[in-house]
Amino acid sequence: MDKDGLLNLYRQMQLIRAFEDASAQQYTRAKIGGFLHLYNGQEAVAVGASSALNPDDDVVCNYRDHGWGLVRGSTAREVMAELFGRATGTTGGRGGSMHVANVKHHFWGGYGIVGAHLPLATGLAVAAQYLGTGRITLCSMGDGSTNIGTFHAALNWAKLWNAPIIFMVENNQYAMGTPYEIHSPVPMSRKAASYDMYSEDVDGMDVMAVREALCRVADRARTGQGPSFLNVITYRYRGHSMADPDVQRSKEEINLWKQRDPITSFASNVLLKKGVTTAELEAIDAAVEAEVDDAVKFADASPEPARDTLFNYVYQQPVENMQIDGSLFKPPTLYRNGHAR
Amino acid sequence: MPEITYKEALKRALREEMTRDKNVVIWGEDIVAYAGGGAYGVTTGLAKEFPDRVRDVPIAEEAIVGVALGAAMGGLRPVAEIMTVNFTLVAWDQIVQHVAKVSHMFNGQIKAPMVIRTPNGHGRTAATHSQNFDGWFAHVPGLKVVVPATPYDAKGLLKSAIRDDDPVVVLESINLYATKGEVPDAEYIVPIGVSDYKRRGSAVTIVSWGRMLVESLKAAELLSKEGIELEVVDLRSLRPLDLSLALESVRQTHRIIVVEEQMRTVGMGAEIAASIQEMAFNDLDAPVARVSGLDVPMPYARNLERATLPYAETVVEAVKAMIQKQY
Repeated sequence: MDKDGLLNLYRQMQLIRAFEDASAQQYTRAKIGGFLHLYNGQEAVAVGASSALNPDDDVVCNYRDHGWGLVRGSTAREVMAELFGRATGTTGGRGGSMHVANVKHHFWGGYGIVGAHLPLATGLAVAAQYLGTGRITLCSMGDGSTNIGTFHAALNWAKLWNAPIIFMVENNQYAMGTPYEIHSPVPMSRKAASYDMYSEDVDGMDVMAVREALCRVADRARTGQGPSFLNVITYRYRGHSMADPDVQRSKEEINLWKQRDPITSFASNVLLKKGVTTAELEAIDAAVEAEVDDAVKFADASPEPARDTLFNYVYQQPVENMQIDGSLFKPPTLYRNGHAR
Repeated sequence: MPEITYKEALKRALREEMTRDKNVVIWGEDIVAYAGGGAYGVTTGLAKEFPDRVRDVPIAEEAIVGVALGAAMGGLRPVAEIMTVNFTLVAWDQIVQHVAKVSHMFNGQIKAPMVIRTPNGHGRTAATHSQNFDGWFAHVPGLKVVVPATPYDAKGLLKSAIRDDDPVVVLESINLYATKGEVPDAEYIVPIGVSDYKRRGSAVTIVSWGRMLVESLKAAELLSKEGIELEVVDLRSLRPLDLSLALESVRQTHRIIVVEEQMRTVGMGAEIAASIQEMAFNDLDAPVARVSGLDVPMPYARNLERATLPYAETVVEAVKAMIQKQY
């Protein structure tokens, strides 16, 4: 990868970090509602993985999806506006934080129900295989999703039909608040081994390691060698969501992982050694800060979605029903023989 | 016009649509290898005609629906067969949370043109295998739900379902698979969300669908011999729900009974009765009545199973009670 490519990885990781910090701030200011799952600490996973894919490959992930949106074609403005619930957001304020999507760029969305997107991702891969598009599917998930039925049903089916898909566990070692050893009795790779699926363990704090692993398994998918499984070991710095008081993890543990921070380690271990200057990095840092500040201003100034769009896309063509005009109450009609009295 | 079975009508719809559009595929449990194709034989022989497009899949309903959804998003038009409606519960998260919502929640970026075919029914199979969930499916915005009662409608509605750009649940009936009716050889479709008069009369309006529509027509034959002519409206779809004919009819008959197979409490019949009294209160000479299944898990014993469900004689009883002003 050339210098511009490497700097772009750095820029994307810094953009996600700055974006998530700004999201947390806007959440505490009540500009963002509901659940907010932040990606701090895991940036190398989405950035490294995305960099190994073609722009039109299909990507599906779970509800920790802001970073995925940012690396798969959405702007900081669009994602932040979605978190604010505005018409200019990635889904026009319909989906919110957990359901960012950009289908024009083949990012099919974040999904809020643990494990539920695995069959769906398998279906996208099966469709690509059937239609001969040459696209492959990357399906990202958390370690907590590897125990639910859909995980096993999807891996089984994908292997059976030799689907061009990569199942990538972003193993941040906690299923919401439950540590891995409390929720799983076997090492992660053994779960894939049950389906005779090619698998690798990957250092998720190292963006180049993630990228290289993805290149290997993407090649397998593109050359008809079927599905692969990646166990990417990572760590999230914040709680499960902004609602999580995060009392179950020790400060020492969190600080230990922060010493292996994916952004600063990439800067010192790779970029500076390749002759990138500190000034170049600081210029990128300032640029992403400005981009995120602008995104917040844009989101805040954007209109809420129009109320008369509420029923749009429940069906592709509007379907008549008694409430379609938005009436929560409609007085009964007092007719006899079809005539009003 | 030639008479064929409900089951054969469904198969012809599948064959015609697969011939018309190469992106139509059928995935289901035991639809290829088992017994020549299908636990109830709807797909028998189709795998030979369309070898790569009719495929057996693992017994994992959440994956059958979920993989079909992903494939629909990716450009196919899958028909997912769930062997019986009882097993759709395993896939309920996929159906309600994903199939029904992806288009709206992602603001129209995603379409899910897929069909879920599955039969209601009973036949000495006890509580876990003898159920009817019509109202549950109809409760979900984003789904379309069709409930054919005749071979003609079964074929026409399934063809419409496959062509529809929204997800459609086709609720068939195991107990109707062997029934016969006229089906033309020429191409036709039946539009989704359009009800139909199956019999004209002036005494009482019956609103029904699926198996109970057939029982209602039997009741109409019996009552006709006594000079009582029922008007029978077949809803054919439960979402979108077309009550226009039911309302038109009740404005002439002034009496209406909703006849449903499923359990009574919080069922389709309750929704239909409420809507009719909202829109035709002054037309009614009697309260809207309901004939429904009982609120109880289905027992195995023959006599108890029969006691759980309505039949033609139940409809006859309800009509007589209504016209004799017993309440």
